[in-house]
Amino acid sequence: MTNASVHIRSARRAAITLLFAAAVYETLARSGIFAAALLPTLPQVAQTLVAMLVDGTMVWHVAYTLYRVIFGFSLAVAVGVPLGILMGRFRAVENFFLPLASALMPIPSLAWVPVFILWFGIGNTTTILIVFYAATFPMLLNAWSGVRAVNPLWLRAAGVMGASERRLFWKVIVPGASPFIITGLRQAFLRAWIAVVGAEMLAASNWGLGWTIFDAKEFLNADVMLASLAVIGCIGFIFERLVFGSLERITVIRWGMMRAAKD
Amino acid sequence: MRPIEIRDVSLIYETPAGNVPGVQSVSFQIAASEFVCIVGPSGCGKSTLLNIIAGFLTPTVGEIRIDGKAVTGQGQDRGVVFQDFAQLFPWRTALGNVAFGLEMQGMEKNRRETIAMEQLGLVKLEKFAQSYPHHLSGGMQQRVAIARALAYNPAVLLMDEPFAALDALTRDDMQRLLADVWRKTRKTVIYVTHNVAEAVYLADRVVVMTPHPGTVKTEVLIRLPRPRDPLSVEFLDYQRQLLQHLGQHAAAG
Amino acid sequence: MTMVSIVSPISNGYSTGPEKIGSRWRAFARTAFPFLVVGGIWEIVAHLGIFPQRLFPTLEDVAITFVQLTISGILPHHVIETLIRLFCGFALAGTMGILIGIAMGQSRRAEDIFLPLVSIGAPIPGLAYAPLFLLWFGLGNLSTILLVAFVSVFPVIINTWTGGKAVREIWVRSAKAMGSDDRQLFRYVILPGTLPYILTGLRLGLAQAWRILVAVEMLAAVPWGLGWLIFGAREFLNTDVMLAAIVVIGGIGLALEKFVFKRLEDYTVVRWGMMVS
Repeated sequence: MTNASVHIRSARRAAITLLFAAAVYETLARSGIFAAALLPTLPQVAQTLVAMLVDGTMVWHVAYTLYRVIFGFSLAVAVGVPLGILMGRFRAVENFFLPLASALMPIPSLAWVPVFILWFGIGNTTTILIVFYAATFPMLLNAWSGVRAVNPLWLRAAGVMGASERRLFWKVIVPGASPFIITGLRQAFLRAWIAVVGAEMLAASNWGLGWTIFDAKEFLNADVMLASLAVIGCIGFIFERLVFGSLERITVIRWGMMRAAKD
Repeated sequence: MRPIEIRDVSLIYETPAGNVPGVQSVSFQIAASEFVCIVGPSGCGKSTLLNIIAGFLTPTVGEIRIDGKAVTGQGQDRGVVFQDFAQLFPWRTALGNVAFGLEMQGMEKNRRETIAMEQLGLVKLEKFAQSYPHHLSGGMQQRVAIARALAYNPAVLLMDEPFAALDALTRDDMQRLLADVWRKTRKTVIYVTHNVAEAVYLADRVVVMTPHPGTVKTEVLIRLPRPRDPLSVEFLDYQRQLLQHLGQHAAAG
Repeated sequence: MTMVSIVSPISNGYSTGPEKIGSRWRAFARTAFPFLVVGGIWEIVAHLGIFPQRLFPTLEDVAITFVQLTISGILPHHVIETLIRLFCGFALAGTMGILIGIAMGQSRRAEDIFLPLVSIGAPIPGLAYAPLFLLWFGLGNLSTILLVAFVSVFPVIINTWTGGKAVREIWVRSAKAMGSDDRQLFRYVILPGTLPYILTGLRLGLAQAWRILVAVEMLAAVPWGLGWLIFGAREFLNTDVMLAAIVVIGGIGLALEKFVFKRLEDYTVVRWGMMVS
């Protein structure tokens, strides 16, 4: 079909754009208008990246960052999903937690960093808690609206078919709310990823991708910054496309429910 | 009012499976102020033909002449009403929608709104001039669409199954209203439908099309006085006659 | 929130007044309750002295600090500086984003050029660029504003672009049939047709800008601004100042969310039925 040829043309143009952008950057970097330390050439950046990978420093930075983001994110899921579902099911829980969530949500998680540093010191605890703060609200709100959006017809149908309250919960409400929960996971991870980089800049010591970037500024190591940025981009891409993309594919898209989550 | 001539129009779709004729060698004429219905089963090319006349598609062969002049592309000499309710602009009130064509001509606000109001009166919607489309029912939206297509006074009104998405009762009302609007304005109308009763109720002349390839099979003149009685023997005779021409295809619909 | 209807003993037709006030009061009490509980726990912990007073101030202390900072004009000065940066950065992002997004939606060529850049730039947390911007543009306002603009431009571009693709073919056809030329088509059909998406993009962009701005102020060492107020207070263990500033940040965040685009949306796309409020 013509569709495929359009695809190929788009891919070719994308490649041309990227090559062109790279060429512009490279020309600028080599022109000597800017200091070499501020604008390293692409081969230099690649070299730095390889060197950091080979000597293991980059691997450690990645490991620390992943540990913090996954820890904080898991904590957020463990709190956000059950609480959100309870809020959706029980009026009293909703009445109590919704005002609190609405008041805390508009505060950017990174605004808490200095406070958390005072309370918990510099290091993992603060970073993980900031990630937790950032990721909890999208998780909570999506789970909550997911339960509220469960089609009452399904509840009635299941009731007629003799489902008990416990089964109703596991067999109808949880799968019914799952498009929202999966959207929530995705949004929460995105927030967590931003939060971890910011928190590491402000509150980490010695390890972590955010910390490397910020630390590199002191020594004018723009090549280290750009190499770390590339790694951050890759990890973000892997999670966004591969992890959450495939999670969506094997669940809600197969059930034809994705529309509901997007509306 | 000006006559319209469709001269040997063909349109061929290029697909991977080869060239498929959408419309083949269609020729007929429409007199000024005539109401012509094009009926046929789905896939017979009736909508394609209307899109060619409207200028959305360019025929592979042949041409459309309005008042002896060949037309290309869209133009204000033709007004179009589609089946889809979504054709109205949701960000404009009923009045704003109807005035749109006049606004495009650069007519000043007071004059175009006076004319638009008259057109809304024609479809009995003066009261809803300030309503936004999403507050109007499907039938009302289609009436606004008709007023909108008439407002800039085109030579011909092209209608592509405008009432097909309405419920049966509303559709009857709309047909009566359209017949009334036509009696008052005396516009030339080309109306595409797959509904035989609708065609007999509205048309002076019915053009019957058949698929594979889309061609005109025959034409039937409806010689009934208006307003027409859908339950009269003559009316039912015409219906039967058209159904016979359509053969198996339309029997189900 | 749905109100629980209460049965009023008075049913003489004049009952709506007191009943309305009663249910409104109830709703208020219900909203206030969780804050009272959490505030009460906070007070008990703070007064018990489990943690040092400097690190865990009582709510009175925070309130007093808040009032003092406000009266002395220090807090308003910080707020204004922060808002100016937000506004400048966001205005830049909004303008660029809408222009690029519409170009991408209308022209295949523009789409092919920008889409690869956008899909690479968008998923990287904007804050990660902060040190790079500081290196390139120096500490201070320029870096902060550019970074805010850079971070919030992506949602605007992506939504405007999607919106451009969502403009219905039938609107374009209708407008052309009614004699619109290309310029009129753009102004009277494509722009209003894309508006719901543009507004969504602006809203997301503003939220993103707000989340990042405070952190950037901390990193960029600007002399005024709420982020710096919080970060600077850390040096002197002024937890009360930090908390007072956080309250203000939350208030501004809420106001941005509730008022800025809500009004605009209600007036346009919600009224047109193109979006539910």
